[in-house]
Amino acid sequence: MRHLLGIEGWRRDELEAVLDRARAHLPGGPDTTHLLRGKVVANLFFEDSTRTRTSFHMAARGLGAGVLDWSPSGSSTSKGETLLDTARNIEATGPVAIVMRHRSSGAPHLVAKHVRCVVINAGDGTHEHPSQALLDAFTLRQRWGSLDGRTVLIVGDILHSRVARSNLWCLKALGARVIVCGPPTLVPPGLEALGAEVTHNLDAVLPQADAVMCLRLQLERMSEAFLPSTREYSRLFGLTTAREERMKAGSLVMHPGPINRGLELAPAVADGARSVILEQVSNGVAVRRAILEVCTS
Amino acid sequence: MSATVLFRRGRVIDPRNGVDGVRDVLVRDGKVAEVSDAPLPVPPGAEVVEAAGRWVLPGFIDLHVHLREPGEEGKETVLTGCRAAVAGGFTAVVAMPNTKVVNDSGLVTELVLSRARAANLCHVYPAGAITKGLKGEELAETGELISAGCVAITDDGRPVMNAALMRRALQYATMFGVPVMVHEEDLTLSAGGAMHEGSVSTRLGLRGIPASAEVAMVARDLVLLEETKGRLHIAHVSCEGSVRLIREAKRRGLFVTAEATPHHVILDDRAVGDYDTHAKMAPPLRADRDVEALREALVDGTIDAIATDHAPHGVLDKQVEFEKGINGIVGLETALGLTLELVHAGLLDAKRAVELLTHGPAKAFGLPGGHLAPGAPADITVVDPLEEWTVDAHRFYSRSRNTPFHGRKQKGRVVQTWVSGRKVYADGQVKESR
Ligand SMILES: [Zn+2]
Repeated sequence: MRHLLGIEGWRRDELEAVLDRARAHLPGGPDTTHLLRGKVVANLFFEDSTRTRTSFHMAARGLGAGVLDWSPSGSSTSKGETLLDTARNIEATGPVAIVMRHRSSGAPHLVAKHVRCVVINAGDGTHEHPSQALLDAFTLRQRWGSLDGRTVLIVGDILHSRVARSNLWCLKALGARVIVCGPPTLVPPGLEALGAEVTHNLDAVLPQADAVMCLRLQLERMSEAFLPSTREYSRLFGLTTAREERMKAGSLVMHPGPINRGLELAPAVADGARSVILEQVSNGVAVRRAILEVCTS
Repeated sequence: MSATVLFRRGRVIDPRNGVDGVRDVLVRDGKVAEVSDAPLPVPPGAEVVEAAGRWVLPGFIDLHVHLREPGEEGKETVLTGCRAAVAGGFTAVVAMPNTKVVNDSGLVTELVLSRARAANLCHVYPAGAITKGLKGEELAETGELISAGCVAITDDGRPVMNAALMRRALQYATMFGVPVMVHEEDLTLSAGGAMHEGSVSTRLGLRGIPASAEVAMVARDLVLLEETKGRLHIAHVSCEGSVRLIREAKRRGLFVTAEATPHHVILDDRAVGDYDTHAKMAPPLRADRDVEALREALVDGTIDAIATDHAPHGVLDKQVEFEKGINGIVGLETALGLTLELVHAGLLDAKRAVELLTHGPAKAFGLPGGHLAPGAPADITVVDPLEEWTVDAHRFYSRSRNTPFHGRKQKGRVVQTWVSGRKVYADGQVKESR
C-alpha cells in the first residue's frame, strides 16, 4: 500500500512497474474485475475535472470497486468544514483509496498525513498531476519502446502547470532529456535544479525534440499580466503548421487537453499525423487502473 | 522588591559595559547595586544564587511580540505571553498593536498596560499603530499613543503601502522621538504568494514571494528616512538585499535599526518540506544565501537585535492547506536555544549574541535595561550554556504550540529570570505573585 502524491520521489523501477502493469489493463486484456471487488474508491474532487474524474471512475469500476463520487456542495466549505473534516468523513465510509483533486498545492499531502487509506493525487494546485504524467509516459513507451536518449520538449505555462512538474520528474526518471520552453513570466525559477533545460526560444529547440508536449494556456493569465495577448503568445509559442514542418521526422505532438485550438496548437497539428492526443486519452483508464492496483496492493 | 540578592561567581556578559568574566552581582531594591571581580561578602538576609558555570546576563528584551489581547485570548493573553517571555529569559517585550481591537488609541494601550501590571511578570511595552485600524489610510493619534505608554509605532503584519503616508508617518513621529517600525512587503509583489520564491516553491508548485517584495520596500523607506530625518526600525529582515541596503544606510549615518528573528537565521525555505505550515511565515523563510547574509549582519552590527516575532496561533490555523495556513510561529521559549546554536557553531561569539538580545534592542528603542551597571534595573537572566534539552511544544507556557522546532535538540537553557530584583522564573517554573 502506497500513496501516489506525486511522481517526485518514485524510482525508475517503481514507475516502470506501474507502466508495465498498465499494459494488462488495455482494452481486450484479461478480466480484472476481481481485483478490487467489494472495495470502495472515493473520488474527492474539490475542483471540477470531468475528464480525470470520469477516467478514475471507469478505472475503479473496471477493477470491480464501488465508487463514491464526492464534490463539495458549496455548503460544506461555506459552513467552515475544513479539508481534514471532509477527508475524515470520507475515510469513515471505509474506502480503500481516496482519489483527490484540489486547487491547493499540497492538499493531498495534508490528507495523507491524517487518513489510513491510500491517497492518490488527481491534481493539486500548480504542483503535480501524476496520473497524467504516467499516461503520457505510457503513450510514449507505446510508440518508442523506451524513453532512453529521447528528448521531450514541454511548451507553455510551466509556472502554473501541474502536468509540467510531474512530467519533468517522470520523463527524467525514465531516461529522457527534458527541455521546457515558455515566456520568462511563466517559467518559475530553479527548474534547472530539478533537471530541466530552460529556454524561451521555441524555434531554437524545436528541431531537437522527439516529442513536443503543448500545455493548455489558462486565458486568465492575460488579465494577470503574465502575457500581453493571446495573439502574441500564439506567435511566439504556438505550435503552428509552419513550426510543425521544422520538427524532426517521426516526432510526436502531445497535449493533456482540453486544447485551446489555434492558440497553443493549430487544429491541423492537433489532428495531424504526429498527434498522439487521442491515444493519451484512451490510455488514461488503463494507466489509472494500474495506479489503483499498485497503490492498494 | 526590597530583597537583596547576590549572584555569585557567574560569567557576567554585559556587552554595553564591556564586561565578560567571572563576577559577583549584588542586587538591592530592584536595582543592580554592585558588580565585582572579587567575591563579595553575603549581606545579611540576602538570597544567594550560586552561578558558577552559568552565565549571568542582562534580561533579554524582545522588540517584536504578539500577545493577542485584546481579541484573541484563545491564542495568547498578556498573562500567558508574559509567562512564556520569562520562561524564555525575556524581562521585557514590545507588544504589537495588531490585536483584534487594534492598538490605535490610548484606551487600548492602557488596557494592555493594566493587564501587564496584573500579570506582574515582565515589562510590557506596547507599540501603537501607525495608521487607524492598520488600514494604511489615516495616521493614528501618535501623540496620544505615546503619552499612554507606547514606545514605537508600527502597522506590523502589514506594510504601509502608500508612500506619501509613510513619509508623513516618519515626519510626524520625529516630534516624539520614537521609532517607526515597519513590516516591509510590497503587496503587489507578494500577492498570492505562500513561501519564498525559489527552487523550493517551484518544486512544490506554490506561488512564491520574491525577495524584491521586501527589498523594494526597504529601499523606498530608506529614501523616505533620509528626507525626513526620522527614525526607522525594520522588523524581521529576511533577505540579503535588505541587509545590503541597511548596511549602506547605516554607513551613511541614517537613523535606522533592524531586527532578525531566530527562525530566519536558523532555517531556510527547505524547512517547508512537504507543505509544513509550521514553516509558513511572513516574511517567508528565504534561501540559504539569505540566511548566510543575515548571519553576517548579526555579526557586523547591521542587525541590531534578535526579536522573535512571537506569533501564537491555534492548531486549526495550521492544520489546513499550505496556502490557507496562517503565518507565524511562537518564539519566546525557543529564542535563546536557537541563538546559542549559532554560538556553538562558532558563527557568533557569546558576547555579541548576548548584545543582540539585550543592549541591542534596548538601544534601538531607547528602553531601560539591557545592561548590568550599578543603578540599572535588576532584570537578570541566568543561563546554563551547556544544559542539553529538547524543545517540547506541549510544555510551553505560551497558550499556543505552533513551532517548527518541536523535538529539536538544544544546548543552553534559561535557568532563572529576575525582573526588577524579583525571581519570576526558576527551575522550570514561572513564579507568579499577583
Ligand atoms: Zn509580527
